[in-house]
Amino acid sequence: MSPDLLKLIFGRLGIDSLPLHEPILVGTFVMVALGGGALFAGLTYFRLWGYLWREWFTTVDHKRIGIMYMILGIVMLLRGFVDALMMRAQQALAFGGSEGFLPAHHYDQVFTAHGVIMIFFVAMPLVTGLMNYVVPLQIGARDVSFPFLNNFSFWMTVGGAVLVMASLFIGEFARTGWLAYPPLSNIGYSPDVGVDYYIWALQVAGVGTTLSGINLICTIVKLRCPGMTMMKMPVFTWTALCTNILIVASFPVLTVVLALLSLDRYVGTNFFTNDFGGSPMMYVNLIWIWGHPEVYILVLPAFGIFSEVTSTFSGKRLFGYTSMVYATVVITILSYLVWLHHFFTMGSGASVNSFFGITTMIISIPTGAKMFNWLFTMYRGRIRFELPMLWTIAFMLTFVLGGMTGVLLAVPPADFVLHNSLFLIAHFHNVIIGGVVFGAFAGINYWFPKAFGFKLDPFWGKLSFWFWVTGFYMAFMPLYVLGLMGVTRRLRVFDDPSLQIWFVIAAIGAGLVFLGILSMLMQFAVSFLKREQLKDVTGDPWDARTLEWATSSPPPDYNFAFTPVVHDNDAWWDMKKRGYQRPLMGFKPIHMPSSTGTGIILAGFATAMGFGLIWYIWWLAAASFIAMLVVGIGHTFNYHRDFDIPADDVIRTEDARTKLLAGAK
Amino acid sequence: MTVAVNPSQTGEPVFYLADEHPHPEGYSTSLGFWIYLMSDCLIFAMLFAAFGVLGANYAAGPAPKDLFDLNLVAVNTSMLLLSSITYGFAMLTMQQNKIAQTQMWLAITGLFGVAFISIELTEFAHMIHEGATPQRSAFLSSFFTLVGTHGLHVSCGLIWLVTLMVQVWRFGLIEANRRRLMCLSMFWHFLDVVWIGVFTFVYLLGVLR
Amino acid sequence: MSRLKILALLPLAVALSSCNYVVLAPAGDIAAQQRDLVIISTVLMLLIVVPVMALTVLFAWRYRQSNTSARYEPDWDHSTKLELVIWSAPLLIIVCLGALTWMGTHLLDPYRNIGRIHAERAVDQSKAPLDVDVVALDWKWLFIYPDYGIATVNELAAPVDRPINFHITASSVMNSFYIPALAGQIYAMPGMETSLHAVINHAGAYKGFSANYSGAGFSGMHFTFHGLDDKGFDAWIAQAKSAGGSLGRAEYLKLEKPSENEPVRRWGTVDSDLYRLILNMCVETGKMCQSEMMAIDAKGGLGHEGLNNTLPLAYDKYARRGTALGPEPTFVAGTCTPDAPQGRTTAAIRAPLDPAPLTGAGLKRPSFAPLKSSSFFLGQRPKSDS
Repeated sequence: MSPDLLKLIFGRLGIDSLPLHEPILVGTFVMVALGGGALFAGLTYFRLWGYLWREWFTTVDHKRIGIMYMILGIVMLLRGFVDALMMRAQQALAFGGSEGFLPAHHYDQVFTAHGVIMIFFVAMPLVTGLMNYVVPLQIGARDVSFPFLNNFSFWMTVGGAVLVMASLFIGEFARTGWLAYPPLSNIGYSPDVGVDYYIWALQVAGVGTTLSGINLICTIVKLRCPGMTMMKMPVFTWTALCTNILIVASFPVLTVVLALLSLDRYVGTNFFTNDFGGSPMMYVNLIWIWGHPEVYILVLPAFGIFSEVTSTFSGKRLFGYTSMVYATVVITILSYLVWLHHFFTMGSGASVNSFFGITTMIISIPTGAKMFNWLFTMYRGRIRFELPMLWTIAFMLTFVLGGMTGVLLAVPPADFVLHNSLFLIAHFHNVIIGGVVFGAFAGINYWFPKAFGFKLDPFWGKLSFWFWVTGFYMAFMPLYVLGLMGVTRRLRVFDDPSLQIWFVIAAIGAGLVFLGILSMLMQFAVSFLKREQLKDVTGDPWDARTLEWATSSPPPDYNFAFTPVVHDNDAWWDMKKRGYQRPLMGFKPIHMPSSTGTGIILAGFATAMGFGLIWYIWWLAAASFIAMLVVGIGHTFNYHRDFDIPADDVIRTEDARTKLLAGAK
Repeated sequence: MTVAVNPSQTGEPVFYLADEHPHPEGYSTSLGFWIYLMSDCLIFAMLFAAFGVLGANYAAGPAPKDLFDLNLVAVNTSMLLLSSITYGFAMLTMQQNKIAQTQMWLAITGLFGVAFISIELTEFAHMIHEGATPQRSAFLSSFFTLVGTHGLHVSCGLIWLVTLMVQVWRFGLIEANRRRLMCLSMFWHFLDVVWIGVFTFVYLLGVLR
Repeated sequence: MSRLKILALLPLAVALSSCNYVVLAPAGDIAAQQRDLVIISTVLMLLIVVPVMALTVLFAWRYRQSNTSARYEPDWDHSTKLELVIWSAPLLIIVCLGALTWMGTHLLDPYRNIGRIHAERAVDQSKAPLDVDVVALDWKWLFIYPDYGIATVNELAAPVDRPINFHITASSVMNSFYIPALAGQIYAMPGMETSLHAVINHAGAYKGFSANYSGAGFSGMHFTFHGLDDKGFDAWIAQAKSAGGSLGRAEYLKLEKPSENEPVRRWGTVDSDLYRLILNMCVETGKMCQSEMMAIDAKGGLGHEGLNNTLPLAYDKYARRGTALGPEPTFVAGTCTPDAPQGRTTAAIRAPLDPAPLTGAGLKRPSFAPLKSSSFFLGQRPKSDS
């Protein structure tokens, strides 16, 4: 075939785009292909495809979508963590003239992919998954406001993840760092597909995130059950509300920034170029106007989880509910006024720098108040050290350290000596692992019995906990030390041999964290095998306080047979205390949304469009776009999107639960 | 949230509603659409900000006063403003359940929209033909992107409008279609407001600069 | 939890060993003052962090389920007094820290010239500071000494106790100019000038590098900064002079091509206009300088005539910048000779000789005698002024 025709069909995708010369990647590909093949064969053999399609892929049930988000997050955690291990190994090895085992071309992709994956495809799905699962249950709703949109949002997030994963084997990922600052990320300095993968993965996933944000805001504002005023909402729901407001008010900024960058890269406009009046500094500002709220998007729900966990396992009402809520709201607002602290060193001048430094410090006041509130929730409580509580205490001890170094970095002159150093790396891992990841794990251990009807195995859970916590301290305390020695981030080789010991300690720490992740996977497997032993039929295994524990575990499709009525912010606790009797008759048919495959199809086309644009396969991009339009419009011609669960089905489900409850006594 | 919660006759607290009160279909739609519009507003805010930063970086090329034909833009603005008025008429006739008239006003709105897009494309084509391409300077990049994004929104609105006309024709002014017309109405007026910003900050102030 | 605490103490324990904590023990006065801020802020925050951590452990232990002798108040969830404390305690710390930040940021503004050599000695106004032009290239550092007419790659030197004014730019992508022993970092950006004012107090060889990732050769983008006594510095200049060679526009265009792990290079003479051309991104002949472009833009652009003054881009530093859907890349042609030198445009921010008003203008000075310390925040006057 003529090269022109090939170019028309395949764009710039060619046989040399496959990383056949990189043994690490070829090995990974073989592993992934074998694993994927086995999975595919297994699913086919057990005829599970139909089940998966009907019950999971096309579902609009917020609970199943929540679970799928969590699975996505955990799968991507493995990928992101392998990147981390490779970085730690490279930095521990590349001393004394050794080049390590990663060439710059590969290493630079690894640290970029690590950051992008961990933030967008691990932390975000974990947080969104928990919100998706828990919020409608906590507010006594049957589902979210826009169930179809929820399914679509999830598959768009998956689409973004698929593009990032595809870059591993087809072409390459960005070599720019996770925020892709121009001019480096512009076409002149990154002419390859890497940055395009970055752009389109984030654009596709970003649409999903924004829509899911809109969805959850509406859910919380409109679908709360009777009696649940704003100030009676559980704190997790409050933090979810604030987080989703942040999402809606910040992700459009990311969309615009990436769109402008892609215009620069595709049509040669001059937003962020050096010449023709472009301004790379504008990119840095805009991306952080999104980027800082993003940090709070991740950590606020974690704060919510810790609030629920602390009060449940201390057997006590949450101390200072009102100040907790106000603290959350204040953090939400302030998170928009601090973005410049990410680049004090760009030379904004003393007054601007100190303004942003001081606003940053002010955020630590409501955060500190929250910390004290958890502390005084524990005070005069009866603390049960179950796994969620262990994670919470580890969080409290770890997060104050991260917060302290964060405030330190907010002092501009201190930032001048610590910016971009490993001290900074240690700081944000300290808050993101200590806050978001510990929070997600607390949440997983806490709500797992709700989602599956059995508790997670405590032995493997504790093992995982101790590996994670010790591993975290071993991996990141040395980075603080290295930062104070003036060692900067993203270096691939070192010439000062005295530094090596610290990198070796950090690498061992990363290894311990890896054991922690493996123990967690073991924990899931063991718990599944021991599910009869770990079974919980009450639906309330922790003697908890909020509404999600009022229904069965796992909850029925309709969540609650009757819409609950709330009188207190610890609604379920209040019900238990005042002798609530579960209704046994009078069931009515329940109106529910029906499943649809439109979401996954649309997201599939969006992903294909992204792929076409990345590789300049214009026909594919255009065709996918038109297909998306057609499917999307076609979907609006379907006016019958819901159905009624017949009263008989409700009776059958509820009777089964009555029997189970009777058996438990 | 307006459901009154009264203690039952016996004075026992009520912990659940005995009757099923499903939320009416589209219960959250207008709120959801408002929030979407606000997020879209942020997109425009960012593009305005980019124009504000880069709008005077002509790269020794032409400035707004060399390029903009205010008469044409005035005509264009009136097209969009008129289309908002006619959409208003469509909504009024929709309230009175007059399908034919609603469709007529929607069609007129669409024609104004098409006129707006055509004039805008003519303007773009003229500028690009002259050599004032989006690549020529950061000012032109941000100008084309801001105005072009607005135009793209109007085009999406047009596709949506046609879809809705088909749906009204097929299924009548049922509740779902009324809700959709309401959403499009908000979208359309929103674009109008954004255009007033564009007209003022990009064209008028640009020529004055 | 004891394992945790031991691990947390680990860095402290080894801090006492003989590693090179350059950020905590720098050799330049600016970096020393920044270090002071780091330490004071940390101590201030520890005032609240330590009690919180201790209370966490204490409460977790004391109120464990098995300890039935501890009080249990399941419905206690509010105390106005406690709320006041938990909001005001962090607030107080932040008020102190905020005041410190405001002062520290202004006093240590890298754009501001320095008012003192070190805690004990003010700047001698009669002596000119050392000017150094810094250019971040892919992936090496170019230093131009305009007063001496020499240039070096990946080696920088300055006399001890003489203020240095760095003028910093970059040729292609963003970098960060950082010598931890000397002073904090500042970004180096193409078409943009940032400044740094600093002084080195102790002779020695220090590491300098780029602290902002800039591409494949980033790891090798470091240099040695020599703090020398006056004689040593003169010898260093003479060494560069004797290296011969001349760094002009043509040589620069060759030099700025990407290269990794560059050895030290020196030029005895340097085009006196070169730095201005680099900063204005018009080293290539025929290209319009940024300063000229900005002047034209400020007057409203070149009108329709301006549409014709672009030329196809023939030269590029890295790869040709052509995009998939856009037209062929171009550049803006200069309309007149760009060789007329211009003065420096950056207005200097002057350090006041008396920093006392910064501690509270018009306020009565506290009666206690200032402590002997190298810290600025105690409001010490430079000796020359008193």
